[in-house]
This record gives sequence, C-alpha cells and structure tokens, in this order.
Amino acid sequence: MPVTEILTALVGGAVITMKIVVMALPLATLMAFTAGLMRISEHRSLRWLAVIYVEFFRGTSALIQLYWIYFVLPLFGLSIDAVTAGVAALGLNIGAYGSEVVRGGLLSVDKGQTEAAIALNFTPRQRLWRIILPQALVGMMPPFGNLAIELVKATSLVSLITIADLTYRAKSLADMTLQVEQIFGLVLVFYFLMAQALTLGIRALEKRLGKGMQRGGLS
Amino acid sequence: MSEFAIEFENVTKKFGDNVLFEDFNLQIRQNEVVSIIGSSGSGKSTLLRILMTLENIDGGKVLVNGEPLWHRLHNGIWLPADERHLHRMRGQLGMVFQHFNLFPHMTVLRNITEAPIYVLGQSRESARAQAHDLLRMVGLEDKAEAYPAELSGGQKQRVGIARALAMKPSILLLDEITSALDPELVDEVLEVIRKLAAEDAFTMILVTHEMYFAREISDRVCFFDAGKVVEEGPPERIFNQPEHERTRAFLSSFLKAPSSNT
Repeated sequence: MPVTEILTALVGGAVITMKIVVMALPLATLMAFTAGLMRISEHRSLRWLAVIYVEFFRGTSALIQLYWIYFVLPLFGLSIDAVTAGVAALGLNIGAYGSEVVRGGLLSVDKGQTEAAIALNFTPRQRLWRIILPQALVGMMPPFGNLAIELVKATSLVSLITIADLTYRAKSLADMTLQVEQIFGLVLVFYFLMAQALTLGIRALEKRLGKGMQRGGLS
Repeated sequence: MSEFAIEFENVTKKFGDNVLFEDFNLQIRQNEVVSIIGSSGSGKSTLLRILMTLENIDGGKVLVNGEPLWHRLHNGIWLPADERHLHRMRGQLGMVFQHFNLFPHMTVLRNITEAPIYVLGQSRESARAQAHDLLRMVGLEDKAEAYPAELSGGQKQRVGIARALAMKPSILLLDEITSALDPELVDEVLEVIRKLAAEDAFTMILVTHEMYFAREISDRVCFFDAGKVVEEGPPERIFNQPEHERTRAFLSSFLKAPSSNT
C-alpha cells in the first residue's frame, strides 16, 4: 500500500481522535473544577462526594471504566453510543486527576490574599472568583498541560470499543498491509504533533493568565 | 454615634490550649490615634485581626462604633455573627498589612478600584477618579498601570494604604506596615500615615516597632505584654517615664536593637 494512502487513512483516524479530545477536554475541565472546588467546600457532604468521585476514577483502570460505561451500563438500561461513552470515560477519568490540581492550586495561593480580600469586604464568592482563582490558575497550567497530553494518549483506549480512531485505523492497516514500521512510525508522529499543539496552547494561556505576576517576592 | 470607635469587653481569645487574651478590655475613642507596642507574641497583631474579622473571639464582646462585631441580635438573643453581619460591620474598617498583600494579578489601579466597584457598587469612572486622587495623595500617580511586582516595597505599601482608603473606612488598622521594608523605604510610608493622622478624620490603630514615629503621631500608646495592656498613656509619659518594669525593659531593649522586627 502506498504511503499516501496509509497517510490518508490515518488522517481520518486522527480527526476522530481529535474530536474525542476536543469533547473530553471540556468535560474533564468541568469535572476538575467542580470536584476541586467541592474538595475545599465548607460542607462535609460535598467534600465527601468529591473524594468518592476522585478516588474511584483515579483508583480503577481507565479501560475498565470505559468498558463499564459502554458494555455494562446498557445491561441496566442505559445505552450510550461509543463516542459518548469514550468521551464520558476519558473526561471523568482525567477530571478526577485534574481536581487534585485545582485543589492544590487554590490552596497554594498565599493566605494573605484571602485576608486582604476579607479586609476589603469582598463576599466569599468574590474572594474565590476575583482574587484567589485567577492567581491559582497560573500555577495550575503546567499540570493541566500534562493531563491534557495524558488525555490525548488515553484516547487510544476508545479503539477497543469499536471507534475508528487513530490507533484503531493503525492496527487494522497494519494487519492488512504488514507495513508496521511505516504505520506505527506515522502514528507516533501524529500523537506527538497533537500533544505539541496542546502544549503550545497551554503555554500561551499560562503566559496570558500570568500577566504581571512573577514568582517569589511579596506582593 | 458612640463615643468609642472600638471597645473590647472582657474578651477571651485562645489558640488551642494557649490563652492569649483573658478578660481583655480596651477602649478607643472616635478619631483617636493609638499605637500598640510590645514584643512579638504579645497579642498586638491578633487584636487587629480580631477587629478585621480575620480571627474570631472565644468570649466577651467587641464593639465597633457601639455595635457588637462578633455577635448579632436575633429575636432578642445574641448569636454568633454570620457572614452577612460581618459583611455589614467590615465596611467601617480598613486594614494595611505587614506583607502588603496586594493582588499580584491586577494593576495598581485595579487593586484600588476593584473593591469600590464590586463591593460598594461605585461606578467605574468614579472609582477610577477616586483611585487617581488617592495615588496622588500617596505620591504614585504615575504607577496606576504598573503591576505590584514592578514596585518597590515602599511603593507597594503606599498602594496598600490607598487601597484600604478607597473603601472609606472610619477605622484604619495598620499592622506593622513598615516591618517588611528596607530601612531607606520606611520614611515614604510613614509620611503618608503622618498626613492621615493630621487630618484627624480616622480612628487609627497602629501596631508598630517604629518607636519614634509612634511617639510623634499617637494620642495614646499602649504597651502590650502577654495579652495584657501593661501600661498606657500619652506618648511622652510612656516613653519618658514608663512606670512598669516591663515597659522600661522593653523600651531599653529597643534602644539597643532598634531594627528588631518580627
């Protein structure tokens, strides 16, 4: 099989992979912030709910979570298509890790910032959204970048629930043509490029969020 | 209006098993400038933090302009203050911190306008105009668009003062505001406070190690030791004829080591 044809087939798979990343990333972010904020809530029940979520999704295999959502839930009457199942499993899984980043980021902001915000009579909600979170976000960006890359790579799991993503196409092409070195070589490059694109995006975001802020010293 | 801006009535404050204040009493009149001096751990800063609602009390009562700070009346019963009550009471108080605590992600201008806009509901234009006036007052009108990281310590602290004043408090709490500064930057900050004290429009409580400054601007000086006001009075008397052995020991140690900070 000519390399151009292989390339065309792989690009089709990469598009599906990217689609899943683009859908799972917002879900993961939402879960990360929801659970991360719940972890520092004053309400014990909210904290516990977040702990259960995080420990479950961190403590069990992502592949088995995917199988549960796709193969087991239908037995309880909850049928989900493969892409939704893939997005849900990956988003919930990465979101669980992300919530620890959010929690750590919020706790890392100097206590004096909260005190100044109280002294200026900001409400608890304003303290969080106007003062603490904007500062915490800057520090969250590098670990978020790691997780985003983890997400890109973890999408290959969805090839096991019938989705024709990059990995799925590579495997079937390899079975068909036996040109394994070319195919898997190209697949490596594809994943690498997607990860690089995300890294660059997150670096740019970090720079923008961090305007005016420099590490060390008192503010 | 109450004769007193601040009253502590039999206040108890504990940190775990450690009792800092027990039956603590102190009254500060309207527009009085009071300096609190004493060694580290004597409770000076905690006193300010209780007033700024950063530390709760374990017993007794604190009145701000005649109204309980940490208690609210509900159907004839005194209950612990909730966030709403504290929010209402805090409007009367402003605080300047030892470590500035400016918001590093905002320009100087936004540091000063953020709370007036979002807490007091001022319009953006009036908050900005007021901020420029305040920056002129502290001599930093050219730094409005700078970020805190671009300022010297003395400049940061002057912004900290402007930020507190923008909320128009009637009581200003100054918590060792020059202790984190290089010695050559102390004067520019004290100069601003000197002007404020001369205006006689605020009740001011200074926790300070700047003895000469305390002596110059205070109506009254309180010497703290182990959670108690050991001695208080007009600055001339406290500094020239301290009655208590403790006060004498503290002041003489200060003359030997004038730069000792916490």
